[in-house]
Amino acid sequence: MSDVSLIVNGKRVSGAAEDRTLLVHFLRENLGLTGTHVGCDTSQCGACVVHVDGKAVKSCSMLAVQASGSTVVTIEGLANGADLHPVQAAFREHHGLQCGFCTPGMIMTATDMINRHPEGLDEATVRTELEGNICRCTGYHNIVKAILAASKTMSKGSKGKARQAA
Amino acid sequence: MGIEGVGARVARKEDKRFITGAGRYVDDMVVPGMKHAAFVRSPHAHAQIKKIDVKKAQAMPGVIGVLTGKELKADGIGNLICGWMIHSKDGSPMKMGAWSPLAFDRVRYVGDAVVIVVAETKGQARDAAEAVEITYKELKAVVDASKAMDKGAPQIHPEADNNLIFDWDIGNADETAAAFKKAAHVVKMDIINNRLVPNAMEPRAALGHYDKAEDHYTCWTTSQNPHVARLVMSAFYNVAPENKLRVIAPDVGGGFGSKIYIYPEEIVCLWASKKTGVPVKWVADRTESFLTDAHGRDHHTHAEMAFDSDHKILGLKVETKANLGAYMSLFSSATPTYLYATLLSGQYNIPAIHANVKAIYTNTAPVDAYRGAGRPEATFVMERMMETAARQFGVSPAELRRKNFITSFPHQTPVIMCYDAGDYAASLDAAMKASDYAGFAKRKAAAAKKGLLRGIGMSCYIEACGIAPSAAVGSLGAGVGLWESAEVRVNAVGTIEVLTGSHSHGQGHETTFAQLVNERFGVPLDSVSIVHGDTDKVQMGMGTYGSRSGAVGMSAIVKALDKVEAKAKKIAAHLLEADEGDIVIENGALKVAGTDKNVPWFQMALAAYTAHNLPGGMEPGLKETAFYDPSNFTFPAGCYICEVEVDPETGMTEIIQFVAADDFGNIINPMIVEGQVHGGLAQGIGQALLEGAHYDNGGQLLTASYMDYTMPRAGDLPSFKVSTSNTPCPGNPLGIKGCGEAGAIGSPPAVINAITDAIGSNDLAMPASPSTVWAAIRATTKH
Repeated sequence: MSDVSLIVNGKRVSGAAEDRTLLVHFLRENLGLTGTHVGCDTSQCGACVVHVDGKAVKSCSMLAVQASGSTVVTIEGLANGADLHPVQAAFREHHGLQCGFCTPGMIMTATDMINRHPEGLDEATVRTELEGNICRCTGYHNIVKAILAASKTMSKGSKGKARQAA
Repeated sequence: MGIEGVGARVARKEDKRFITGAGRYVDDMVVPGMKHAAFVRSPHAHAQIKKIDVKKAQAMPGVIGVLTGKELKADGIGNLICGWMIHSKDGSPMKMGAWSPLAFDRVRYVGDAVVIVVAETKGQARDAAEAVEITYKELKAVVDASKAMDKGAPQIHPEADNNLIFDWDIGNADETAAAFKKAAHVVKMDIINNRLVPNAMEPRAALGHYDKAEDHYTCWTTSQNPHVARLVMSAFYNVAPENKLRVIAPDVGGGFGSKIYIYPEEIVCLWASKKTGVPVKWVADRTESFLTDAHGRDHHTHAEMAFDSDHKILGLKVETKANLGAYMSLFSSATPTYLYATLLSGQYNIPAIHANVKAIYTNTAPVDAYRGAGRPEATFVMERMMETAARQFGVSPAELRRKNFITSFPHQTPVIMCYDAGDYAASLDAAMKASDYAGFAKRKAAAAKKGLLRGIGMSCYIEACGIAPSAAVGSLGAGVGLWESAEVRVNAVGTIEVLTGSHSHGQGHETTFAQLVNERFGVPLDSVSIVHGDTDKVQMGMGTYGSRSGAVGMSAIVKALDKVEAKAKKIAAHLLEADEGDIVIENGALKVAGTDKNVPWFQMALAAYTAHNLPGGMEPGLKETAFYDPSNFTFPAGCYICEVEVDPETGMTEIIQFVAADDFGNIINPMIVEGQVHGGLAQGIGQALLEGAHYDNGGQLLTASYMDYTMPRAGDLPSFKVSTSNTPCPGNPLGIKGCGEAGAIGSPPAVINAITDAIGSNDLAMPASPSTVWAAIRATTKH
């Protein structure tokens, strides 16, 4: 057993975990953050994507002890209180989810993707960069639409902020 | 239509929890004292169990119990059954072999459950499972249905000689033979419908909890039909009587058919909870899902179609071998019979049809209904045949279809179905227009300049949803009725709860069902709650599969709403001192038509519960129940057109455009309907281009992970062009046909017709992977 301490969704948390415990299991079972899902056993499906130190990471591909000392954001920590994150809002508005199981990973991947492309996104880039996330319900059509819409909203927002800062 | 009523593109109510990580799936459930299970599964496709030694496993850290099939049998737990009786053409009943939830004498496929280990943690359960020692005597295995009846093939169940479960037929053999005698042309094809793994993103899971104080069981499970699960576990598996068993299917992460069935794991977890005295949770990992979820399709078919000199169809002969795997899953017998061969008339006038289906055991995972269930197999046969015929005759594929379309309704086919309404030419025209079919030749020429092979293919599908009425399906062998139930509870403050026997696992019922209520009473969507998925809350229901929740589930709600409306109007008329017939419901109030006299909805509801001033003799309260049993199947239909570019150097296919023109009858929420079509198309295109379950000859599943089984990803698919037309279904009060499966049914032949058009070879197996396509191109050019 090892001690794991993290900042998760802005809160400092710590606990003991077996050395073999994956980050996803630590989040789900030790911290009760069940929004992060496990959909496969080969790091293919992306249902477990969270942000570790600002980057999208499949939390099944990392040991909890490896993540110790990191700052983690999960789907539960993405919204600002009652205000949905623009990506969450876009998924709802554009029907980018059906059963909801892949959705947390999709949203965390999409948020990271948009952050990495402040210049904006096109459909081909979104489809290519969704390679690590599998959805069986939507055929991706509306997920792509939602990400493109959120990208537009967020770039408007960031330009606004940039103007304010200037 | 109001902004939240029928026909409105309302964003989904359920999304709020899913996009914030607050959904609650079975693996998210925690019960005090809960422990974890792992199953020891057969590594062999076919073997005798000589010895099971659990001593080492029992001594492992954290282990609470290690239980075997012998103990399960001793406790009287029954075998799994198939609930749809099919009789062979000689009148004999299907030959169902025994399927024990835990195998104790023989294993019949890789993944067959043998032992359950319960331990403090998931890791400890898995460690201990590895310490269980089972001695097997390996037997010869067979995985291919076309070989399982050969001489020398291993006998899988003593009950089924030559592994033949049934040899069934439909239609009229003599009339069909006579039609072929008159034929000017006969088109013949051998067609394989590839085996698929459904792959709902949430793996199957079960949490069994036996409460000693109450002598009562609760099962949280990933089910599309929790009431059917309770009924079957109670009536056939002897887990507990229905009044002592509660089944809860909370948020379920996709089903596509694979979560209809009652699997060994939920039965064993419930039983093990009583044996060990702790709640027992099992969650499949993805490899277990690949190995043990019911697979889909796997048909080998020979078909012949007879045409007259004017290219009108005279008759159709079909011989199909259906692989049902190692055991008969719950509805496995219905899929290749009444859900398949009854759709072999397609959208066409065919005077004579005869189909023969042999269902066959193999040493593979059980095969049952997967999105479309039989109708994709029928559509693939019909639409590959029509395209092939058009090519052989040198005529337009569109015009050959149009010439043979059924144009007057009702239309009785030679294979049971009576089509009630449709306009097939309208869908064909819409799809041709949306795809600029007329401009294809130019696009093909432009692609050729780039060295690419461009092709276009179409598929005119028909399917059958809302399987019913109960008496009819009963006469065909169904062990259950296929009605649906609804209860509408108007609370004293006017908010409404609708209890439904349908189950939502992605379909958005919490929104669409509430839209129905909003349309009727003007109550805002936020004031309407849809309750489903819990046998303690909803008395009985048949669940969600076969695109039945709209046509059957919502129709039951309509019936209950009718009763509520009638009583509400009586109360309002009494309060307003008006005639009941003059009361109308508008903008959330009950009004006397043509006057400004009204009583708000919530005041009427309050009056029903205060009961201070009700019409004489009226019972207090406002709550109504209905059961709805449809009069017929529904018949969604449409036309899909796929355009592809194939790179002859690599065999890589790119879908340039995919057009879907569907007729689903009336639509409650177009946004949700489009989403269903998109998802179905992805699965159908997946079948055509990417997906295939492969066993080696020894029965090992070679495609048991996402590293090996190619799931469609965003980069594999285009954005889709979808549209709908509407011939309302006359068979239910909402005029709904159902939209959940069409995409998966109609799309595979459109894709294969497009690729074969591009490469100029008609012989192409699914999935049309780059290597398969490349080989097909080489075969045509290298002579």
